[in-house]
Amino acid sequence: MTSAAVPVGSRELTRRKVPRDVRRRRFLIAVADHSILIAAALLFLLPFVFIVLTAMMTNNQALSAHLWPHPFRWHNFVDVFTQAPLWRWTLNTMIYATLATVGVVVSSVPVAYALSKLRWKGRDMVFLVVLVALMLPPQVSVVPLYVMWAKLGNAIGIQFIGTLWPLIIPAWLGDAFSIFLLRQFFLTIPEEYLDAARVDGCGEYRILATVVLRLAKPAIAAVALFSVLYTFNDFFLPLLYTSNNAHNWPVSVGLSQFRNLHQVQWNLTMAATLLVMAPVIVLFFLAQRAFVEGVTLTGVKG
Amino acid sequence: MFHLWNMQDLTPGLTGAPAPAPVSPALRRRPSKSRWRNRRLVLALMSPWIVGFAVFIAYPLVMSVYLSFTHYDLLNPPRWIGLANYKYLFGDDWHQIRSSIYNTLWIIVVGVPLQVLFSFGIAVMLTRARLGVGFFRTVFYLPALAPPVAATLGFVYLLNPATGPVNTLLKWFGIQGPLWFNDPGWAKPSLVILGVWGIGNTMVIFLAAVLDVPRHLYESADLDGAGPWQRLRYVTIPSISPVILFSVVLGVIQGLQYFTQAYVAAGVAAGEASQAGGTSTLELGYPQGSTLFYPILLYHHGFEFFQMGYASAMAVLLLVVSFVLTFIIIRNSRRWVHYGGAVR
Repeated sequence: MTSAAVPVGSRELTRRKVPRDVRRRRFLIAVADHSILIAAALLFLLPFVFIVLTAMMTNNQALSAHLWPHPFRWHNFVDVFTQAPLWRWTLNTMIYATLATVGVVVSSVPVAYALSKLRWKGRDMVFLVVLVALMLPPQVSVVPLYVMWAKLGNAIGIQFIGTLWPLIIPAWLGDAFSIFLLRQFFLTIPEEYLDAARVDGCGEYRILATVVLRLAKPAIAAVALFSVLYTFNDFFLPLLYTSNNAHNWPVSVGLSQFRNLHQVQWNLTMAATLLVMAPVIVLFFLAQRAFVEGVTLTGVKG
Repeated sequence: MFHLWNMQDLTPGLTGAPAPAPVSPALRRRPSKSRWRNRRLVLALMSPWIVGFAVFIAYPLVMSVYLSFTHYDLLNPPRWIGLANYKYLFGDDWHQIRSSIYNTLWIIVVGVPLQVLFSFGIAVMLTRARLGVGFFRTVFYLPALAPPVAATLGFVYLLNPATGPVNTLLKWFGIQGPLWFNDPGWAKPSLVILGVWGIGNTMVIFLAAVLDVPRHLYESADLDGAGPWQRLRYVTIPSISPVILFSVVLGVIQGLQYFTQAYVAAGVAAGEASQAGGTSTLELGYPQGSTLFYPILLYHHGFEFFQMGYASAMAVLLLVVSFVLTFIIIRNSRRWVHYGGAVR
């Protein structure tokens, strides 16, 4: 434990002196700690385990009390695609996620730059407005927006209700959460870098496009990642706008209707559920660094 | 999914010393012209947000208030009816509104503290662990990644009363499991369990906060002879109280918007019951209105019956309540939140 060279305080003395029972006590506490953790971890993993197992059962078995698939029915994962237009839903989600994420990044970066690296009157007020917008429940503004899209569609002869455009277009006009996160990151970029570029006669647009973008890559990756996750999980607004048009459903809406729509069996429902969970979990393991970066950015750093 | 707890650190421009302004040589020589150029630059950079805020935030908020005084079904133009929507809300319809408010408050008052407690407990346990910390952290985080619709479907199956794996496991121990999502008394607790399963994000924030508590505070507590519980009570909890406040506020805000899980669970469980030969039609907030939360009722009025005026009145009430609740929590938090080193 402690060597004699270390300056000895009263605590160090006691720690060195009574190794036997204290060490035993510590060992037992560590065992208890880990037992609790293992038990809790098992409880957290159990739902995944049952979903995976059920996804490979036959229908009769999914409705029985048996927990282990008797014949493993891998064909479920094929049947899922024939039972429901899962490909179509996946394509819709991918279109929504891609267009919205590109829009969020393109529109939020300049706003965040103006809110962090330029000085102007009323800047802090505007930032507070961004924070308030972040807190607003979507249900508060959803009725007039629905009316607006319906009317706009009638006016120009292109229907927006029944499509995902009412979700994609706003993404191109700045997203409060992404602006907030990017601003927090831009604040950490030393002013000297930008001043050096300014002295060299670099305009603000070029500074933004070269210096800032290059330095802010991790933050932009985090914003893009969160945006993809958000669009993938988004349910309330897609349900609202597309529920009358099954052709344009994203995966989240499709999955929620999966079971009731076709009277599909539980084993197939769980197979679909698993297929919907898988991309996110794979993404997590691929982009763990961006996740950690993002959570740190939004939370720990001020 | 956003995490902003330390409001004081967020706005250095508001509270701290202002950063020196970038002054280009041109700015000194011709202040008026370059100031105008600067203003144009800011306007150009801010333009997405200005348009987005005006069209997608300010306009709908104002319109919500206006529509709440009208009768509007989308087909005919809105007709001004004064306070009739509000009179109906607090009068004839109050019975249903009240039960949706009760359910929403229930899920907040029971769910949020449990989520905070579990997040904190797991975070503390993770800091005490020596083996496999990374593994445990991943396991506790993973459920937060499960898409809400998928997670809810999984839970409705797991908690399937007749043959679901959970009740099967309980039977092994000789326990007769409840009807979960099919029992009005158990539907909300089932949703709370689903919520606790997905605490990953909160847990990660708590973990970072607990690891951030300065070592020397624990050392001085040790010198004063504090045991593990006292260290938790007098060092850890006060040090991370801003994080606790943050997750409570966030939990309340999310609780007021609670929709996806309840909507999916009620729909699937009701379909299940009707297939088994029970009730036939999908009822609102199945079973027996126990999962009828305020946003679901709003959705029902606005987008299933297209009572846009009445739904707007409900939205205005939600807006008022969410501001008041957030305000009350932040106001009262001054008593128990300890900002390290901050004046207050």
